[in-house]
Amino acid sequence: MKILVLISNVPDTTTKIRFTGDNTAFDDSGVQWIINPWDELALTRAVELKEAGGVDKITVANVGEKSTEATLRKALAVGADDAIRIDTTANDAFYVAAQLAEVAKDYDLILAGIEASDYNGNAVGGMLAEMLDFNSVSAVSGIELEESNFKITREVDGGSQVISIGGPLVAIVQKGIAKEPRIPAMRGIMMARKKPLSTKEPVEGVNKTQMISFELPPPKTACKLIDEENANEVITLLHEEAKVL
Amino acid sequence: MDFELTEEQKLIRETVRDFAEREIKPVAKELDEKAIFSYDLTKKMGEIGLFGMNTPEKYGGQGLDTLSYIISVEELARVDGSQAATLAAHNSLGIGPLINYGTEEQKLKHIPQLCTGEALWSFGLTEAGAGSDSRGSKTIAVLDGDEWVINGSKIFITNASVDISVGCTVQAVSGEENGKKIFTTIIVEKDTPGFKRITMHGKMMWRASDTAELFFDDVRVPKENLLGKVGQGSHIMLHTLDGGRLSIAAMGLGCAQGAFELALNYANERKQFGKPISKFQINAFKLADMATKIELGRNLLYKACWLKDNGKPYSKEAAMSKLYCSEIAKEVADESVQIHGGYGLMKDYDVERFYRDQRLLQIGEGTSEIQRLVISRLIGC
Ligand SMILES: Cc1cc2nc3c(=O)[nH]c(=O)nc-3n(C[C@H](O)[C@H](O)[C@H](O)COP(=O)(O)OP(=O)(O)OC[C@H]3O[C@@H](n4cnc5c(N)ncnc54)[C@H](O)[C@@H]3O)c2cc1C
Repeated sequence: MKILVLISNVPDTTTKIRFTGDNTAFDDSGVQWIINPWDELALTRAVELKEAGGVDKITVANVGEKSTEATLRKALAVGADDAIRIDTTANDAFYVAAQLAEVAKDYDLILAGIEASDYNGNAVGGMLAEMLDFNSVSAVSGIELEESNFKITREVDGGSQVISIGGPLVAIVQKGIAKEPRIPAMRGIMMARKKPLSTKEPVEGVNKTQMISFELPPPKTACKLIDEENANEVITLLHEEAKVL
Repeated sequence: MDFELTEEQKLIRETVRDFAEREIKPVAKELDEKAIFSYDLTKKMGEIGLFGMNTPEKYGGQGLDTLSYIISVEELARVDGSQAATLAAHNSLGIGPLINYGTEEQKLKHIPQLCTGEALWSFGLTEAGAGSDSRGSKTIAVLDGDEWVINGSKIFITNASVDISVGCTVQAVSGEENGKKIFTTIIVEKDTPGFKRITMHGKMMWRASDTAELFFDDVRVPKENLLGKVGQGSHIMLHTLDGGRLSIAAMGLGCAQGAFELALNYANERKQFGKPISKFQINAFKLADMATKIELGRNLLYKACWLKDNGKPYSKEAAMSKLYCSEIAKEVADESVQIHGGYGLMKDYDVERFYRDQRLLQIGEGTSEIQRLVISRLIGC
């Protein structure tokens, strides 16, 4: 059993977001990069499955420039056996999925985060499954290995669903897939240096989208405190200021 | 000149920071308040490999460089002084003398378990009558046949009384030559008859760290428990303290960093006279001074580590780092409380703990006065 975990390199979740070039590009100066939180949980689950036996190898893959290698090294420190970086700019979901399809063919299980915390694209996992003609399940919050199948728990509105499905499989995972991301041990960090991290040239691909502009959410407005005794004022404000009633 | 940390050192910083934020931060306040030593956190620090970071892999350690270890202590101290103390005392003072002066047999016997977080080792130098003046030691060791017989006591010994503290390196007077005391270091394991360990309560700082008083009443240990050579004791202890100074400096740096971040966040959030208090120049300049001191301290300490890692003399820079980083921890924590106003005096606010924890740093492992003494000698006074 070989597992491939897709790793997206995203700005730290506390990053102050700014744009350059007339709001068409993200300003990455001074940004701290991390493993996309969903991918980190997926990797943690893959490592747990390997520790429980039955997994021969975990590979992590990323589409990105050389600067993303620190993120892949961390994934190796957490417990992946090898890493692949496809050396190109991750333009849009279709382009990224097309690049990953080149390296993902030989795996039995591919774990993709349900979204990346940068562009919330929500698309790479599904596209990849389609390109490879693999099975695919989304919103996966639990995964167990069975004899020849995968036992999958999915979140459905307010409850959950358990299904069994054969491989090869692209599991698009969300929170719950692992309890919390694993912190690498010093030994893992040192071993990561010696694990293979290979670089692949991109294949020709189509960029289906073109960036027009970004817009920041409106700044949060000040919170209004209302006296306990003036509960009626809340109604008035909701009517007249917020206009939601 | 290259100031860039290696990819590995950066990852170690990020890892220890994550660990400290996730595992230590949520419990630090309560452990401090109730003065509880956490076996659980000690074990977890062992699991991620923080014990024995500089110890060769052959003995169960990680074989990492000094700077990686110092960064780890700094990151723990940024969140909590007590846990940083447990780690720093164990690695520098506990494992340190064993790895540097132990025989192969002693190393293989003791060190592997000391790299797991399930066993601690302590450093018994200070006595009631021998603090800064460690040569004032009154604890004696006499060779009787195949055994050393030890009598005396030690005070303020870190990691020495908890259940998982398995042994102590004890400095004792083993005789006299030309009217001068001969100092010898001897290994004493925890269950040796006559060896009593009493936890010291009522500390103002490092309340979740273990501090003990040790009593030796005709304690007999095999001759082979001698560490190094007879008469080498004082050298072993003082050389160990050279390395230990780097970790106390790291605790000062981390403490200052933590207190600074608390001050900066608070100053940006707290509004008076219609604006965040960080917009008043006096506070903004305070924060600028704090950041500058921290940057200076970090450069000095990392340089001392670099000297050590490159096999160059580092005693002077280690003493300077210890002096400077522990002093700025005091200054930064003090200003951080000031910026917090009345809230900074309340236990609900972390800065109150930082304010207390920093106070040991100018006293332990050689007071600021003694550091100045060391530095002044090394610069030729
Ligand atoms: C929490 C804690 C943990 C500790 N852990 C350990 C440990 O693990 N192992 C260990 O062996 N010890 C440990 N110590 C002891 C610590 O190293 C001593 O407290 C320290 O060396 C100072 O000794 P003292 O307290 O006896 O003070 P003293 O030496 O009595 O000093 C009192 C004052 O006099 C000043 N002074 C003394 N001599 C001179 C001089 N020549 N010139 C100028 N000023 C001078 C000092 O700077 C100080 O201000 C610990 C202490 C504490 C509080």
